[in-house]
Formats: sequence, structure tokens, C-alpha cells
Amino acid sequence: MTQVSRATLTSLLHRKMRRGIGIAALASAMALPGAQAQAEDVLRVAMTAADIPINIGQPDQGFEGFRFMGYMLYDALVLWDLSKADEPAGLTPGLAESWSVDPDNPERWIFNLRKGVKFHDGSDFTADDVVWNFEKVTKTDAPQYEPKQAALVAQRIPALKEVNKIDDHTIEILTDGISAYVPYQVSFWFMSSQEHYEKVGSWAEFAESPSGTGPWKFVSQTPRAKVEMVPNKDYWNPERVPKVDRVILRPIPEASARMAAILSGQVDFVEAPSPDAIPRLQSSGIKIATNAYPHNWAIKPSRIEGSPWNDINVRKAANLCIDRAGMKQMLAGNAIPSEGHLPPGDTWFGEPDFKIGYRPDEARELMAASGHTADKPLTVKIAISTSGSGQMQPLPMFEYLQANLAECHFDVQAEVMEWNALLAFGRKPADSEEAISKGINAIVISHATQDPYSGFERFFLSSRISPAGSNWGMLKDQWYDDTLAKAAKTFEPEVLNEILSSVHERVVNEAEWVWVVHDVNPRALAPHVKGFVQAKSWFQDLTPVYIERYRHRPRPAAPALYGARPAGSTARPVRLSFPRHPDRIHAVLCVETASLLDPDRAGRVGDLFRPCAYWPGRPP
Amino acid sequence: MSVICFALVHIGPGDPLSTLLPEDAPQEVVDRLKAEYGLDKPLVVQYVLWLGKALTGDFGISIVTSRSVLGEVLPALVNSLILAVGGAMLGFIVGMILGGLAGYFHGRPADRVFTGMAITGVSVPHYWLAIVLVIIFSVELQWLPSLGMNMSGATDFTFTIENFRHMVLPVIALSVIPAGIVTRTVRGAVAELLNQEFVEALRSKGMNERQILRHVAKNAAPQVMAVMGLQLGYLLGGSILIETVFAWPGTGLLLNNAIFSRDIPLLQGTILILALIFVALNLLIDVAQATVDPRIKR
Repeated sequence: MTQVSRATLTSLLHRKMRRGIGIAALASAMALPGAQAQAEDVLRVAMTAADIPINIGQPDQGFEGFRFMGYMLYDALVLWDLSKADEPAGLTPGLAESWSVDPDNPERWIFNLRKGVKFHDGSDFTADDVVWNFEKVTKTDAPQYEPKQAALVAQRIPALKEVNKIDDHTIEILTDGISAYVPYQVSFWFMSSQEHYEKVGSWAEFAESPSGTGPWKFVSQTPRAKVEMVPNKDYWNPERVPKVDRVILRPIPEASARMAAILSGQVDFVEAPSPDAIPRLQSSGIKIATNAYPHNWAIKPSRIEGSPWNDINVRKAANLCIDRAGMKQMLAGNAIPSEGHLPPGDTWFGEPDFKIGYRPDEARELMAASGHTADKPLTVKIAISTSGSGQMQPLPMFEYLQANLAECHFDVQAEVMEWNALLAFGRKPADSEEAISKGINAIVISHATQDPYSGFERFFLSSRISPAGSNWGMLKDQWYDDTLAKAAKTFEPEVLNEILSSVHERVVNEAEWVWVVHDVNPRALAPHVKGFVQAKSWFQDLTPVYIERYRHRPRPAAPALYGARPAGSTARPVRLSFPRHPDRIHAVLCVETASLLDPDRAGRVGDLFRPCAYWPGRPP
Repeated sequence: MSVICFALVHIGPGDPLSTLLPEDAPQEVVDRLKAEYGLDKPLVVQYVLWLGKALTGDFGISIVTSRSVLGEVLPALVNSLILAVGGAMLGFIVGMILGGLAGYFHGRPADRVFTGMAITGVSVPHYWLAIVLVIIFSVELQWLPSLGMNMSGATDFTFTIENFRHMVLPVIALSVIPAGIVTRTVRGAVAELLNQEFVEALRSKGMNERQILRHVAKNAAPQVMAVMGLQLGYLLGGSILIETVFAWPGTGLLLNNAIFSRDIPLLQGTILILALIFVALNLLIDVAQATVDPRIKR
């Protein structure tokens, strides 16, 4: 660095400041709010949701609501182990320490509740709370019954018929038929505080100060703008007491706005950055976290009478004609090519005989065997959305698919809908009037596949035809009905895994769907965000996250002020550096931060903004 | 107007419960919720019930958020108003200056430059300009924030430097179209008036150019005011695209969210309130025009 005498520098600063003091003071003042917001370790998260998820227990906004409201403010009896990135997230004890099925009655489960757990309002968590929370979503004449909460959880706890208290820390769950999936089902059902509800009197009031037992405590929320939470220091699992001082969750549905927000330093953690923005983010030092998780992006074909997809050759041909590696490249590497219904390596993947891959010649042979050639292509029409939760980049992906399948004698047409319209369309099965009149014989809605119900039952059971499940194509196969019924009654985990693997093998061998890719759920993390472990799950844990600059890096020594700091001064050093050399400090100016917004002093800029010169390496 | 508001939100495919509930939510639970919100009734009955309540100022409850529609719309309206007034002021000032100069120097290079700027302003998609502004000033230079009303995410406007910083980019993006339109209008009016006989008469009386321009401005005012009024009305409605790009919590963002979630009560309420404001504003402009130019009264 050029050696400049202190006197020269001071004189230069004085001269510069006389000229540009107003602008400089304003610029410094403008920089302050952000700096003040960082006084504590705050993690600012940009969600993809358009609004704050419902906060009184069962969240809306799909699994993003579970991720950022459900599992943060609340606990379920059983939780997901989100601490590992290298294996699929499995179940782990939550508010129940242990559970077992009654050996004399397989329709009765006993759950032993954790002792000493307190809600955020200070009340104790007991068996009464579990019974009360069950009535909240099932007993229509109970005072705490909430129809929207009921609708949000009903399909996730279908086996639960009755919940009874045995003693303060033991409950029994009676099921509707034998079900081995009870632990999975209760993992989606959150416990709100009965005492707090009774104190505030209504769910509307409860939403102002929600109280659960989760690792984060609610502070405040502004509709459509933000929700703030702080750590629950008394959380029952000390390993999961959050490390940051505060988390601010902001709904920012627009992908480009989320990207700009992290690049301009307004947020630290961004959900689902657009793949084409990832190189730009990385070039700014922003880290991209990805991992496989139980998600699939696939074409669900109609299996009603007359559907072209009833021909297994057609289904297999479509599966063999997609260049998934090319699609992955198109998605900037943010996808895992499908080899089956579940992501490769999943516990229930098994060993299907039908190997899904890109073999167009084989695909064309299969199509020819079914009478479809270049001159006589098979026309199929697929309903797809323009965007939507978990849909990745639906339209570019569809166009890629369309071009691929055209090489194998498919004439793929699209019925493009907006996300809400597609969801409404998908709630009616393939033989609905709308599907028939528009000639739609397949649909693309991405799905979670993390438990036996969401991975298999709702798609392949004949009793789960939409809207009773997600079997849109109306597939009816006695083998699935029998095998999945058997699986639901199997309590030994190894045997259950074997049965579910056999289901997956058959699903792939029969090419029931056309699988394309699995998402890897990219997240963008500012360079100072550390400790995040991206679990192989739809849910994630923010409790291990910490902000490096405060906790783990020594703060830079405060620069000395030029002259003595006046008594009572709040002068704050502001570092000046050139954009091309952000690491080099060129000068430090002092700003009276406390006076900046004081209207009486606003005109006297000289009072607010004084010189305090400093060159690194040459302390005054 | 109320019929159009109601019909518009019911014409589109989809329904509010599709986004709110999981796709495999049991039908009986969905039906119970539909009954809860009155969505199971025939459309005509729904309309009459809604209108009856709306006439008493009760716009209902948002299906998605369970908050009162009025409680959602009013704060958003204030936020849009702040942006609209900022955008309008900037747009009108720039428009009047550029338009006045272009009209005065009609047919000369300055006219072509300013007219070109006006055409660019009107033609450039403002959401594109918004994204470009964000890239330049927020992402690259990091001078100004890219979203929200302040760093903390609060949605109530206070007169702090921080809130003004957040306003700068959306106001610029919003002002471009009104600036372009006002420039063209003022230019046309001024150029036309300068060719009229009364201007010649004023010149022959020995008036200087500044005095002449004052007469011209007064004569051009009604026409320009009408255009400005319309533009202000458009801005007050909240720009869906600008507010979405900047996540500005106004009526535009509110409408955008309500459209995607098919929040029918919120959509109906917001559209109706905005439509009423637009009509009221037009009336106000008509009255103001008549005050400025008594000929309009006749």
C-alpha cells in the first residue's frame, strides 16, 4: 500500500468530506439498518411459500409448512431423524420415548410419553394433551375442533381411530384395522398446548402466540411478510437447542426475488434457487446444498379402459426413451436420474429386473411391437403445470421429454395448467368428464415418497383412487391390494422392508409410471451460514445452523478513532473500501449512529459524521 | 361492477381448497370445509350473500389465512398508495419536463430525443426493468435493497431512511410508464397550443416566452390532468408485477397471492375495493378538470 502520511490523509478526508459529506453520511446511514439487524446471530430464511404457514399446529403450504412451521414450533410423538446427510431420514423418538403394539391386540398401540417436557407457555406436556389434540382434528363437537386443521391432517392419520389416556405419561391408540404404519402416521400430527388454548380462548387468539414444544419459540409474525422465532432454551433434547439467536422466515415465492435477496445480503438461506441462477450464486461465494430425498417427478398414466398406457410395451418404451443424463445437465446437475419409483439407494428400492435407462433402439422396438411407428406415432396428452411445489422446472422439462419421446414414435401433447388448476384437476380421477373431454391420459404432479402410505399405498391401492388417494390413473391390481394390505399388518421392520421392496420391484417391472428424475432440493446458503446438514428428507433441521462471523471468527479489532471519543458519543466506525478490493480497508469514518434519525440534528451533518482516519498497518 | 368482480374470480379453473389442502385429503373433510366457507352453495346464492355483507362493509374472511379481508386489504392499500404516489410524482415531474421541452422544441433534435425516451418508457416492460434495476443496484452494486419495505420484513411504512431506501427501485420502475405517457401527452398538447392563434396574439402583444408558456401550460392542464388521473388510478391499483418482483406488500402482491391460491373472498374484496377507488378517482379528476377549465362544465 502506498505510504501516506497521517496528516495528508486527514487533510484529504477533511477536504473530501466538505464536498461530499451529505452523500457520504446518507450512504453510511443507509448501510446501518442492515448492520444493526446483525447485532445478534440472526438467520434469515427465504421460503418459496407465498404466505406464512398456519401456525396453530397442522401447517398448510405442503411440506414447506411442515419444515418451517410444523417441526420448528411443534413436536409430534415420533419425529424424523434429520441429523444425517448420508442415509435416508428415518423415524426417531419425539414426544413419545417408546412405542409398541399390544401383543394381544394388534389394533392397539401403547405410546410412552416423554416426561418433563414443557410447552412454550410453561404448561406440562401430558397424555391429556395428546387426547385433546386428537379431538382437535377428529371430534367435530369438541370445543377445540378446527375444520381446517382436521382437513390438513386427516389423510396422514387414516389408521387412528381412538386415542385414550392410560396415565399421565402413557396413551393407547386404537386403530381402524391392523396398521403397522402408526409411527409414520403420528409423525405428521403435532401437539399444541391445551392449557394455552384454554387461556386465550380461540384458535384465532392462539395464532397470535402459538405454543408447542418444539425447538423454536414463536416471537411474532407479519402476514405475508415474516415470522420470527427464537430458540427454546429449555428444549427437551439439548442437542437440538438452536445455535442462532433468532430466525426470520420470509415468504418470497418469486425465485428471482429470492436470488436477488441473497446476493444483496437481505437473506442468508434460500429455498429452491432456480437452477440457471446457481452458477451466478456460486460465483459470489454462496454455497449450494443439495441431497437426494424421497421425491419423484414422473408421468402418471391413465389406466382406464381404452388408455394407450394400458400397453406395457408403451410404458416401458417411454421409460427407455428419456435421456435423463441430458435432462440432469439441463437442470445444471440438480437432479438424480430415475431408476425407479424411489430414488436409487432407498431402503425399499429392491432389485427390479426392468432396468430403466436411455435405450431408444429398444424403446422403438417395443413401440413397433405394439404397432406404433414413425408413420403411425402414438398420441398421448399430458396435463402439466407451469410451476408449483416440487414441480421443478415443469415446462422446460416437459419440452425436453417431448423431444425425447418423439424419437420413439410418441406424439406428446401438453395440457398446460396453472398449479392450482392442475391440483383441482388431479383430485378427479382419469375418467373424469374434464379428462375425457380434453383427451388427457396422463398427468405430471411430483410427489413425496417417504413412508409406506405416501410412497405406495396412495398410488397403487385400488381403494385410493382420487380423491381418496393419489391413484389418479385408476390402477386396479389385486396383487398390490393384497401385498400392501399384508405390509400394513407387518410389524417386524425387516419383513416390512422386504415386502415393500417387492412392491417397488413390481412397480418398476410393470413400468406403472414413466419416471424421469428425482429432485435434489437445492438450497443457497450465504458464506457465513455454517452447520447446516441437508438431510435426505422433505424436512430439514435449522437447529445446528450457526452464523460464523460472530461465533467462530474473532471480530476484527475496532479501529481507533481519530482523537478522543467525546463523552456520551455513539460514534460508530464505518469502513470504506473500494468494490474491487472489498478486503482492503481504505479509511474508517465515524458516524454518530444514535443521532442519525434525530430530526433536531438531521441538518447538522457535521455533528453526525466526523473523520476518524485509519490505515491498516498504520494505526494512528 | 360487483357482478363482474364476482364472476371473474369464479370463471377460472381451480378452487381455494385445492391449494390449501393435500391432494389426497378425504372428500368428506373437504366437503365439511366447503360447507364451512359456504362454497357448497349455488353461485347465485353465494353472490347474494357476499353482496349483502359487502354492502355493510363486511368483505368476509380469507379462506387461506383466516384473516378478515378488510384487515388484509387496507394495510396493503396504504402500502400501494405510498408506492403509487412516489411513482406518480416522479413520473409526472419527469413527464412534464420532458414533454414540455419536446413540445416547445417541436421537430428539433431535442424533441426526437425526448420523444424517443417517452416511447422507450412506454414500451419497456416494467417488470423487466424492475429485474434489471435489481441486478444493477442490488445484486452488483449492492447500493439498494431488492425486496420488501425494510430489512426486518415489517409491512408498515414509517418515515425512516430505511423505508425510503426500499422505495427507490420500485418507484423508479413504476414511474417509467406514467413518465412516458405524460411526456407524450404534454408534448402533443404544448406543440398544438403553440401553433394556435392566441399564442401568436400573445407574442404580438409583446409577451416574453415565459409568460407565453404560462398561458400554454394553463390551457394544456385539463388534458394532461385527465391522463395523470388515469395513470394515478392504475398505479393505485398496485402493480402486480412490480410488487411481486420487489415483494412490496401492497395490493398487487396481495392480488397475486390471492389469484394463485384462489382465495375467493380476498380476491373479490380486493378487486371491488380497487374498482371503487378507481371510479372515485375518476370522478375527482372530472371535478378538478372542470375547476381548472370552466369550458368543461358546459
